[in-house]
Parts: sequence; structure tokens; C-alpha cells
Amino acid sequence: MAMEVTQILLNAQSIDGSVRKHAEDNLKQFQEQNLPGFFLSLAGELANEEKPAESRKLAGLILKNALDAKEQHRKYELVQRWLALDAAVKAQIKNCLIKTLSSPSHDARSTASQVIAKLAGIELPQKEWPELIGTLLTNIQQLPAHTKQATLETLGYICEEVSPEAVEQNHVNQILTAVVQGMNSSEANNDVRLAATRALYNALGFAQANFSNDMERDYIMRVVCEATLSPEVKIRQAAFECLVAISSTYYEKLAPYIHDIFNITAKAVKEDEEPVALQAIEFWSSICDEEIDILEEYGSDFTGDSEVPCFYFIKQALPVLIPLLLETLLKQEEDQDQDEGAWNIAMAGGTCLGLVARTVGDDIVPLVMPFIELNITKPDWRQREAATYAFGSILEGPSPEKLVPLVNVALNFMLSALMKDPSNHVKDTTAWTLGRMFEFLHGSMLETPIITPANCQQIVTVLLQSMKDVPNVAEKACGALYFLAQGYEDMGPSPSPLTPFFQDILQALYAVTRREDAGESRLRTAAYETLNEVVRCSTDDTSPMVMQLVPHIMMELHQTLEAQKLSTDEREKQNELQGLLCGCLQVIIQKLGSSEATKYVFLQYADQMMGLFLRVFSCRSATAHEEAMLAIGALAYATGSGFEKYMSEFYRYLEMGLQNFEDYQVCAITVGVVGDLCRALEDNILPYCDGIMTQLLKDLSSNQLHRSVKPPIFSCFGDIALAIGENFEKYLIYAMPMLQSAAELSAHTSGADDDMTEYTNSLRNGILEAYSGIFQGFKGSPKTQLLMPYAPHILQFLDSLYMEKEMDDVVTKTAIGVLGDLADTLGSNAGPLIQQSISSKDFLNECLSSDDHMIKESAEWAKLAISRAISI
Amino acid sequence: MAPPDHRRPFKRPTISDQQRRRELSLLRQAQHRLDAQHRARCLASTVLSLEAPGPGPGPGPEPEPEPEPVPELELASESEHHVEEGGGGDSRSPSKEFDVRQASKLRGAEARKWFARQLMLPEWMIDVPDRLPQDWYVFARPAGKRCFVVSADGITVSRLRNGSVLHRFPSALPGGSRTRDVSGSAQSYSILDCIFHELDQTYYVIDMLCWRGYSLYDCTAEFRFFWLNSKLVESGACDPPSQNHGYRFNAVPVYNCDENGLHAAYTGAVTYIKDGLLFYNKQAHYQAGNTPLALVWKDEKCSQYVIDTDSNGNVPRLQQVVLELQDDLKLITSDDPPVVFGSLDNDIVQKVQFAYNSTNISFLVSVTWCVHSHIHT
Repeated sequence: MAMEVTQILLNAQSIDGSVRKHAEDNLKQFQEQNLPGFFLSLAGELANEEKPAESRKLAGLILKNALDAKEQHRKYELVQRWLALDAAVKAQIKNCLIKTLSSPSHDARSTASQVIAKLAGIELPQKEWPELIGTLLTNIQQLPAHTKQATLETLGYICEEVSPEAVEQNHVNQILTAVVQGMNSSEANNDVRLAATRALYNALGFAQANFSNDMERDYIMRVVCEATLSPEVKIRQAAFECLVAISSTYYEKLAPYIHDIFNITAKAVKEDEEPVALQAIEFWSSICDEEIDILEEYGSDFTGDSEVPCFYFIKQALPVLIPLLLETLLKQEEDQDQDEGAWNIAMAGGTCLGLVARTVGDDIVPLVMPFIELNITKPDWRQREAATYAFGSILEGPSPEKLVPLVNVALNFMLSALMKDPSNHVKDTTAWTLGRMFEFLHGSMLETPIITPANCQQIVTVLLQSMKDVPNVAEKACGALYFLAQGYEDMGPSPSPLTPFFQDILQALYAVTRREDAGESRLRTAAYETLNEVVRCSTDDTSPMVMQLVPHIMMELHQTLEAQKLSTDEREKQNELQGLLCGCLQVIIQKLGSSEATKYVFLQYADQMMGLFLRVFSCRSATAHEEAMLAIGALAYATGSGFEKYMSEFYRYLEMGLQNFEDYQVCAITVGVVGDLCRALEDNILPYCDGIMTQLLKDLSSNQLHRSVKPPIFSCFGDIALAIGENFEKYLIYAMPMLQSAAELSAHTSGADDDMTEYTNSLRNGILEAYSGIFQGFKGSPKTQLLMPYAPHILQFLDSLYMEKEMDDVVTKTAIGVLGDLADTLGSNAGPLIQQSISSKDFLNECLSSDDHMIKESAEWAKLAISRAISI
Repeated sequence: MAPPDHRRPFKRPTISDQQRRRELSLLRQAQHRLDAQHRARCLASTVLSLEAPGPGPGPGPEPEPEPEPVPELELASESEHHVEEGGGGDSRSPSKEFDVRQASKLRGAEARKWFARQLMLPEWMIDVPDRLPQDWYVFARPAGKRCFVVSADGITVSRLRNGSVLHRFPSALPGGSRTRDVSGSAQSYSILDCIFHELDQTYYVIDMLCWRGYSLYDCTAEFRFFWLNSKLVESGACDPPSQNHGYRFNAVPVYNCDENGLHAAYTGAVTYIKDGLLFYNKQAHYQAGNTPLALVWKDEKCSQYVIDTDSNGNVPRLQQVVLELQDDLKLITSDDPPVVFGSLDNDIVQKVQFAYNSTNISFLVSVTWCVHSHIHT
């Protein structure tokens, strides 16, 4: 069955495009015509020591890719396809793969490892290939080093691929024994030791039982700690990666080792090469993550018996950990502020310092302040920058009582540093620190304001000045202004303390967006984002200034649409800019459209604006498309029934959005906009409903569409029904069965993880909102009888939700509301059905006595509607 | 070198504004969906409460048509229209503050219809409740127009018992004017039960339903009065009128219903003209419509409106009442709920129809009237 494929595989890597294309077509054809033969040929090629390394490797990769896909649906198909193959064929392929593990070619071995792991991922959960682990581990200690290395690598990949339940404990023990032996300092071959260390990283998730056994855990920890001292840097790095993984997976088991680990990590942070030092810092960041989570749980739960106790490792390590981290801050790189992807010891150390501040709160302050005071005025920029960075890092976590007095002292110093410090690094970090002050210590929630009428003007002046500095500093200044504005956002009606400077701020930001170098350091994006935030916090007395901005932004958008003959790179930048401009207009629409005072003047721009948005749709960019769609939704809500005149032109883009499976965000946003249109147009949306409903129903039946879009589609059914009332009649036969089957699927959550539970609840909420809208839409119509046949199922759904006890508050509120809507619309006809349901008794009573205001409200509504339905 | 996947470079912004825009849009859409839903339900409950009173003709399977609006009464003297029988068992309370907030956006006839049903109405006191001294408050009721005052979104609106707007003005109540609210919350609003006293142009607050967005519907009268007395003054609503404060508000002195309290309420001097005594049960929640947990007493000493007077203050020989003729020929008062006086026979109706050439009659009957209730035309 197998065929000679060497030449085709080599051709498939040819630099000549046509040769390559031809070879790819051949392979595709072979696969389609004879799958078993295709697989056997590839496996044979990989196993054959006489073939060139290039064709062997590619054969393995093609085989691997034929077994797995990212997309869930496709993945399932591939798995089924493999499982359906003839047993003898499968056995032959597996033999080839296992044999390849002892090949002298490193590439061939490594490729075979990956393919074996993919097959294990398919077969072990099906209880097939039971001999795999045994085969791999037989005589592992007697194998030649290269085979041993490949075997350990394979075990690591298998652990990555397979979930722990699929491997029996006996095998887990054997794997761990082999892996830990391979890591041991007695292992002379570094390749073997490295493969074993990396395998352990993947196998840690399997080691629950072993970590619960003191002796086994002690042994594993000892071997890992020893590996951190290996002379080989890659082994040290891999060993620290194991420690990081252990810190989050087995936090509660760490107490006996934490002292030793501190010493090891401290030494690595101070002396080791960067990749190792970074992992050593990451260990402490990871411990912070754990303790922040645990303490948060303590805070929210008054019983105090959270599952995992907090060992306060960070609090105990504080006196030694802080000096260690402060030391790292002095190891900055010259160009780190210009390089967006930069990551180095100073940045990792600062990040960890920030996490420590969030973990321990006030306790960090006295340990960091001396460092700041010592360094902040030093001639070396590194010292000034490190001191400023340290200050910025600890602004989240400690209490305002502790921080506000310090910030009051520091604020003036920082403002003058931002103007006068000769170092761009220092200015960058200073502006960032000011932003952190405003983010965490400024706002209506705080008792003692750090910004007062006395210093507000100075702050604004300095920030606007700094926005003319080099791009990375200007970007941070924009960020600081963002948080300054945000702090005033919930201050209520005018006048805002920013009012006197509002015009200057808008002008300065607009000027930044037009800077030649605004493309650097994401400066343009930051300027638009800040502009948006400033618009959000505008008040009655400043909204006329926002109004003046509108034609400028529209003009900018117009210009991007006029640009001709752009290179790919330029087009990409143009699309990004269109996204920003549409985003800005969207914020303005929402602001000016929501106040009666400004709405009517503003809506004079509606025609022009709509024209621009429609043109944006013709540029094929998902981001710009999404932003324009959001803006249109806001515009529809602001214009209300007046939006009708745009519908004939807009409709095709709406349909396009609903068909956009690939960029599911666009699809989701468009579904939301349909809701906006329903509320704006009410029954004038009717002529478009056939098309919209068809599209929505298609979306729901699709396997390709991201699942997160489905709940909003259900909610959208409700929006449509509420808008068009009894005209929804013709869609009932399609929509109701879909709702019903989704309801059945979502009625039970048992055994699901948090993500799944959250998704299920959002799905339930969508389904219930659909029912709510449909009932309310039909209310008072002679056609309410059409809904009667669905009532038993809906009540059953409510009952099962109640019995399951896994609803969140939002679902509870919506569910009990549906009960009311059902009773309200169906009236006495549904009386007996309602009285039989548990929902109308226990569930309703529970909701009536709920502490949640919204639940109680909905329950009272339901009670009223039911009492009327059954009293007649 | 790149940071670990979950570790964001520290100096980068935590959240992109694009994500924020997305979230804010979703929030806005969810809020609007909720509003639409509330509106659908709120209108529903309006219809419910309008249909509620009386046995009436048995409703068929068809949805009932909306009843004719209650004829609007131009209240010459705005004292209460009460009947001895009280409201029967109609103690359902469709009015919750989300309805009120929602309803404050209603306009015209819908708004009038809705607000006409929201006030708590006392029954006549025809016997002395048990434990009167322990469980009840008493206060002298100011003479004037009973109204519902809602302050929200920078404006204060007062509506009469029939739902029509009395005044629209800025006030120092939470959310009551467009000046900056010290509380800082844009969500701030309040709902008060008041009597507008013409003489000193003051709103006397006799109950508090919501304060700064906090609902007091489910609180006892005891708590509501406590809250009223502590919050009203500090809001500045009791200050004299100014540019941002159209009318002065005032609390009324409330007493425990023991001998001293009764005496003080009955005879004590107040800044307003008295129109009877109101008795509130301390444990009762606020509920729309008639309730036996609030009672009213009027006699000649404490109310000038106990019986009708002409413009010179003379008591006419006959007291007049307007009754409404129902389709089934019953004569009812315009009280809420209406009181059935009896039926006319067909003869008379036909004669009258002939005389006025109309099928829709508001029938004016003069009767000699000696009950302590009066109704004006």
C-alpha cells in the first residue's frame, strides 16, 4: 500500500514555487485517494534511515498535522478518521514511530516523539494502545543515551497531550520514576538530563498522588533543586521553570522547601544568566499570584475556611525579598522604553515588586521608601529611574491612608522631573508613575483628594507640555491624563474641575494624533484613547467643545478613505487609524447622543457620519469594521426611528457582519447592533426581519461560529420579538425548537469547569431573554394562543434550572422574570400549568426573599402577574 | 526576550480602550434591553392596576380593552375623596421604584394614568384601632393638593392624584436640579409623597418612598419617618426658594399616638392650614391604593373641608356630589375604588339620553348629602 514519497516531499520544500505547488497537490491527491497508504508511506519515510533528513522530517510533520487541528470541529473529524483506520495499518504506523525513537538523527527522533504524543492524545482516552507506556519504559535505563533522550522527550509530550485521567496511576508512577532518574545529577548525559527536566515540567500535573506522599515529594523537590545548580544553563532554566509550575500547582505543599528555594532563587537573580534569573523572579511572582487569589477569597468569604490556606510566604520573605528585587531595578537596558516587546531583569523585578505590594499592602512601604529616598536625586539616570519605578510599582496594594501623604510630597517632585530630568528613561517612568497615582489614588471614592483646585492647573499644564516630548514619554503622559480624566468621570453633573482646561486638553490631544512620529510607541493610539476618556467625562458646560471636535474627526476619517494606491503596510496603518477614528466617533455619539441638550444639534451630523461609516465597511479590515459597527449601533440608538432612512443602504453590511464567522467579534458586535436597531426602529424593522432572522438562525446552526456569539443571538431574538410583536409569529416554528434544544443542553452544568459554567449561564440568560421578549411582544395580541404549546417546556426549563441550583444571580433574575412574562401574556389559560410548576412556588418564594434587589423586583413582578393569571 | 504569556509588561496599560468601548457598548445595550423590558412590564402593570378594582363584568378570554380613562377632576379644593367602605382587599402593590423611574420617562396620557395609581390612600377612621397609642403615629394633615414628587435627572416633577403635572422645577432634592450634586451620583433620585400648600407655596412631605436612589417602599413607616426627618433638612430642600430650588419643602411634625401626641396634633399650632388628622401604622410598608394601615379623621375642629362651603365660607343647604353612570346603570362615585350608590332604571336613562342626545353620559345628580365626605365638580 505504501508508496515512494521521498521526491515529492523534497519537492514540497523546493524554493521554486511551481515545483512546490505541484508537490503539494500530489500529496493532497494521495491523501484523498488512499488515506491508509498515505499514512503508511509517511511513517515509512520517517522511519527509514536511508532517506534524507529533510524528507523524513516533513513526512513526520505532515503525519502530525493530519491528526490534529486547532479548530474543534476539524479536530474531531481528524480524530474520528484515525480511529476508523484498519487496526493493522495503525499498528504498523505505530511500530515505525517507536522504531524511529532510536534513530541516530535527532530531527527524526524528535519528530517521531511529537507524532507519538498526538496518537496517544487520541488513543489513550479511548483505552487503546495500552502497551504504549510499558513499551517506552522497558529497559529505559539500559538504552543508549540518544534513545533515552528521545524516550523522555516523548513521555513529556504525552503528558502535555493527554489529560491525567487517561493514564493509570501505575503508569504515572513509572513515568515519574524514569523522568526523575533522568534528571538526577548522576545522569552524565546533559541531553538526557535536559529532556528529563522538560518532561517533568509537563508531567507535574500527573503527580497529584506523588506530591501528597512526603517521601516521594521530598525526592522530586530535591532533584529539581539540584538541577537548578547544573552547570548547563538550559538545564538550570528548565529546572526553574519546574519550580514555577510547582509553585502554582502545589502551593500548599511548599512550606518545607520555601527557605531553600529562596536561597536558590536569590543566588540565581543576583548571579545567573538572564534566562535563568528571569525564571527565578517568576517563581516569586507566581507565589504572589497564588497568595493574592487566596487572600481575595478570604476577603469575599466570611466563613474564612477557603480550601487552600495562605502560608504568607511573601510576608515572611519580605525583609530579604524586597532588597533583592530593588537591586534588579538598577539593571535596566538602554533602549527598553522604545522596544514594545522588551522583557528583562529590571522589568521582571518591577513587575514582581508590584505583585508583592498587592500581596502584602502597607508592609511594603517602609521597606521601599529608603531606596527611593536614597536614589531619586542621584546623578546616574539608572538610580533615579529605579527609584521612580519602585515608587510607581507600590502604588497599588497599600492603603490610601499610607500612600496619600507620600504622594502629596512626591507629586511636585515628579511634575518637575517630568519637565526637567535630562533622561528620557526617567521621564518615561515618571509619567507612568503619575498615571499610577491618578489611577489608584484619585477619584470620587477617595476621601482625601491628591488633586485639588490648587494643583490641578499645574498638573494639566505639565502633562500637556510632556505630550510634546519624545513619543514614548508623550505616550505615558497621555496615559496619565487618561486616568486623571477617569477620576472625574463619575463626579456627576457639571462643573468638572477640568472644565477650565478642557479646550486646551482637547486641542493638545488632537495635535498629538497628528504628530509625524505618532506611529511610534503606540502614541497615536494612546492619544485617541485619552481623547475618548476625556470626551466620556465631559459635562454640560464642556460638551459644546466636544461638538466642535466632530467635524475634525470626520474630516480625518474622510481623508483615510480618500487615500489611493497604498502599499500593504500603509494600508494596514490606514485601517488601524480608521478603527481609532470610528472608535472616537462612537464615544462622541454615545456622549452627545445621550443628553437631550446636545442630541439634536449633534444629529445634524448623522447623515455625513453614516456615509463615512458605510465607506469604512468597504475597506476590508476587521478592526475598522467592528468599530464602525459599534458606532452605528450607538448612532441608531441616538437617532431612534429616524434611523430608518439609512436602513436600505446599511442593510447589506449588517448582513455581511452577521455572516462573518471568521472575525467572530465582528459578528457578535453586529448581533448587538441588531438589538439597537430593534429598539430604535421598533416595528419599522419588520421589512428587514426575514433576512436578519435567516442569518441568525444560520449562525446558530453553524459549527464554525465561535460559541460566545450564540447567547447574544438568543437575546437578539427577544429584541426582535419585542420590536415587531405578533409579527414574530412566522419565526416561531424556527426559533422555538432552537431555543428548546439549547435550553435542554444548558439545563445541566454538573461536572463542568468554571469556564463552562460561566458559558452555560450566559447561554441560559440569552435563552431566557428570548422567551421574555417573545412573551412581552405577543402580549395583548389575539395570537397569544400560538405560544401556549411552548409553555409546558418553558416552565419545565425554569423548574430544572431551579432544581440544578447552579444559576448565577443574573440568570435567576431573568428566569423569574420569564415566569412573570409567561403568566402576564398567557393569562388564565396558563393558570393550571403555572400552578403545577415548582417555579411558581418554591423558586418564586426564594426570589421574593432574595437579598438581591434586582431578583426581588423581578419576583414581585412575577408574583403580580401570576396572581392575576390564576385569580381569573 | 518575551515575558511569560500571562505576565504583561508592567508599564503597558492594563486594558485597551477598544476593549473598554466594546464593554461599554455591551453594557449600554444590556441596559437598553432592560429598559425596554421594564417598559413592557411597567405598561402592563399600569393596565393591571387600572383594571383591578371592583367585580365588574367577568372578563372573557379576550384581552380586556383598556377602560375609559377616569374623568379628570379639576380639584377646586384638593382634599381627599374618601369613603367609609375603604378599598376592600386590593392591597397589591404594583408600584416599585423601578416602575417609578421608568414611568418618569412616560409622557402625556400614559404618565397621568400611571401616576394616578401610585399614592397610598388612607381609609376613614371609623373605629379606634387596637394598640393605637403603641403602634400608630398621628399628624395634622396640611390642606392642599396631594401629590407625588419625583426628582431625577436634574429636574423635579410634582404630579396630582389624577396624574397630571402640577409643577416642574429645579430643587435641592437628590437629582432634582442640574447643579452639581454633592453626593456625586448621577443615579441619585428621590420620590416623595407631599401635599402642596397654596398659601405659603410649600410642599409638606408626608412620606418618603425613595431617597438618593434607595428604596423605602419596603421599610416600615417608623423607618420612613425617621429617614425623612434626618435627610430632608440636610439636603437643603427645606431652604427658601432660590434659582436652583423652585419650592420650599417641609416635614410635618409627627407624634406618637398617645394622649399627648393626639392633643398636640389636634390642637397644636402649625405653619399650615390643617385638614384633618392622619394616622399611620408604624409597621406598615408603603403601598399604592387604599389601606387600612393609614387612616384619616376629620371634624369641624381640625378641618375646614369637612363639609362643602361656598366662596363666602357659608355652608350651603345641600351638599353636592357628582356620580358616574356605568354601562350597567350603576351609579358610582369617583373615589378610588368607587362606591356604588345604586342603579337607575332604564326609563330615566332613556329620557336623559333623549334630552342630551348622547350615548356617553356623565350624569349629574343632586342629592341631599349628610355623610362626612364631599366631592366637587
